[in-house]
Amino acid sequence: MPDALAESGSMIQVAGIATEVVRRGSGRPLLFLHPELGLDPEAPVIDRLAQRFAFVGPSHPGFGHSARPGWLTSVDDLSYFHLDLLDALDLRDVVLVGVGFGGWIAAELAVKCQDRISHLVLANPAGIKTGGPEDRDMQDIFSMSEETLLAASFADPAAWSFDPRTASEDAIHVKLRNRESVTLFAWSPYMYSPNLVHRLHRIRVPSLVLWGTSDDIAPESYGRAFCGHIGGARFEPVEGAGRFVHIEKPDTFAGRIEAFVDG
Amino acid sequence: MRVYTFTEEPYPEAWIEGADSLRVTLPNKLLDPARAADRYHQYLDQWQMSDELGLDIFVNEHHSTSTCMTASAPLILGMLARTTKRARLLGLGFPIGNRGNPVHVAEELAMIDVISRGRLEMGFVKGVPYEVHPANTNPVQLGERFWEAHDVIMKAMTTHDGPFSWEGKHFQYRNVNIWPRPFQQPHPPVWISCNSVSSVRPVAERGYVLGTVMTGYKAKDLFDEYRAVWAESAHPAPMPLDRLCYAGFLGIGDTQAEGFRRAEMVAQYLRTNAIVGEPFRNPPGYIPSAVGARMVKQTGTMTFQAHHLLAKDGSPLGNFNEAGVEEMIAGGLMFTGTPDQVYDQIVDFFDTMGGFGQLILMTQAGDMSAADATGNIALFAKEVLPRLQELIRTRSREMGLAPEPAVA
Repeated sequence: MPDALAESGSMIQVAGIATEVVRRGSGRPLLFLHPELGLDPEAPVIDRLAQRFAFVGPSHPGFGHSARPGWLTSVDDLSYFHLDLLDALDLRDVVLVGVGFGGWIAAELAVKCQDRISHLVLANPAGIKTGGPEDRDMQDIFSMSEETLLAASFADPAAWSFDPRTASEDAIHVKLRNRESVTLFAWSPYMYSPNLVHRLHRIRVPSLVLWGTSDDIAPESYGRAFCGHIGGARFEPVEGAGRFVHIEKPDTFAGRIEAFVDG
Repeated sequence: MRVYTFTEEPYPEAWIEGADSLRVTLPNKLLDPARAADRYHQYLDQWQMSDELGLDIFVNEHHSTSTCMTASAPLILGMLARTTKRARLLGLGFPIGNRGNPVHVAEELAMIDVISRGRLEMGFVKGVPYEVHPANTNPVQLGERFWEAHDVIMKAMTTHDGPFSWEGKHFQYRNVNIWPRPFQQPHPPVWISCNSVSSVRPVAERGYVLGTVMTGYKAKDLFDEYRAVWAESAHPAPMPLDRLCYAGFLGIGDTQAEGFRRAEMVAQYLRTNAIVGEPFRNPPGYIPSAVGARMVKQTGTMTFQAHHLLAKDGSPLGNFNEAGVEEMIAGGLMFTGTPDQVYDQIVDFFDTMGGFGQLILMTQAGDMSAADATGNIALFAKEVLPRLQELIRTRSREMGLAPEPAVA
């Protein structure tokens, strides 16, 4: 972890790992597991969720300004890390929310232990393999140009525009670090754990799968298949958003979660 | 001085004008196997001739590309181990962080060393960024996988009393016991290629040969770092010149015009080398993110390529893939002209670098014909090599450097 980054103010220790956490609002805890893009502390969805929940948004080890010990190299490791974080903060009755890559971690966590979880919300999650060896369930983000990746990920690619000429060196560093870490965790097998699909039946808490329909990385059929492996889970498409509903439709994202938890 | 001749065994028939990428994604339907066979034989003949003319042989490998058909350096070196008589056989080399099984690497290299009766120079490389997709290896862990593979290979080559076990981070074995063991004892000379100062230290500490490719005058910083680390390590002083190797490009002719004509052909390599699709140029983690952030900030683009050329005085000469032969000469990449001119350019570069004992020359590239490639090699061997060896003996004495062993 870069030295200068250790002082950014919102660092906590989780099982000996320096972890950056955004905490905002009060009420029932909501643990937000960010996608491959990382977590922007200024994202409007945070304040929107914090109107109703105690928002807890850690950067996964290796992302943002969180440290990553050398042994921590798999999504399995990340799921245990976040179980440690739930213990460390003693969070109970948690609404666990994961987007994209974070949805994969959330599912891996939930199949292991749901003692502290009341609801599970997955938005455009990665993590399972549905087709055969020659079927690519998700387009390969590591073989795309930045422009193609943005076009495939967002309904409106301008939602995530990034100009390296005006960005700070720290912001560039975080962006590169996030991309490096998602590569470490998701390079091969690409964006899935071979056994996760056989464990999803263990999830007993009420579960919701949101799906931004403009996602051109993974098709909606993938999201529906994922949902079908979790007993009683609800599937809700979201129009006008791609892979990252929380960025493109923050009000809809928060509203759907509130309605689900109230329901 | 040892001088190694080199071709990447290109298939220039598939160098399509305007292609986004000559690497990774280029369909192999563009390769006619019969034409490829002709080319392989042409290139093997050139190396064979180098052996007969007192030159040494350098082979590298790349994957999924029309710029280099050597998809396996051990395979080519295995052929040359049998057919050549005296040349040192340098592979620089073997991308051990991308190869799945370092024990297989150790076995193959030991075979080459035994068959050639001890002529293997064993070079390990991390591989250029565009090798990551064809190898499918995780770019984030390339460095640590490289060094663990190195440790396994060295232990396999130097263990002679039966099996050992290995339970590391990336490799696990219950029974490593290679047959044959290497001909050279305790193991063939080890080389590692570096293109940045930050990667020199572990190479110099081990006393391995440092090879650097396409760095031009920037090689001085690498060589200085190597000499500094050598001096502070427990190595004998003075440092032998053969610990340092520079790789450049050759266009030589009886007339200056002929030398430049050949240089233009060799320059095709530099102009096509970097034609590679954007997602494959800088796979995430290949460059540490903190270093990458500085480069992005400097260049203003997330998709930077570090191909700029510097003149002897440090002034910029632009990107080498767009440079003319004159700029390539000024940048210390290309040695070009008549034998006298080539000799003078190499001597000047040698002195500027503070000396190096091994020189790799790309003598064939692109669609350069067999006649031009063999002309390039033969003229250098006859007119430049003997003078260069004499000069290096003199310089070694003047600089207080250990004398080089006589070249066979």
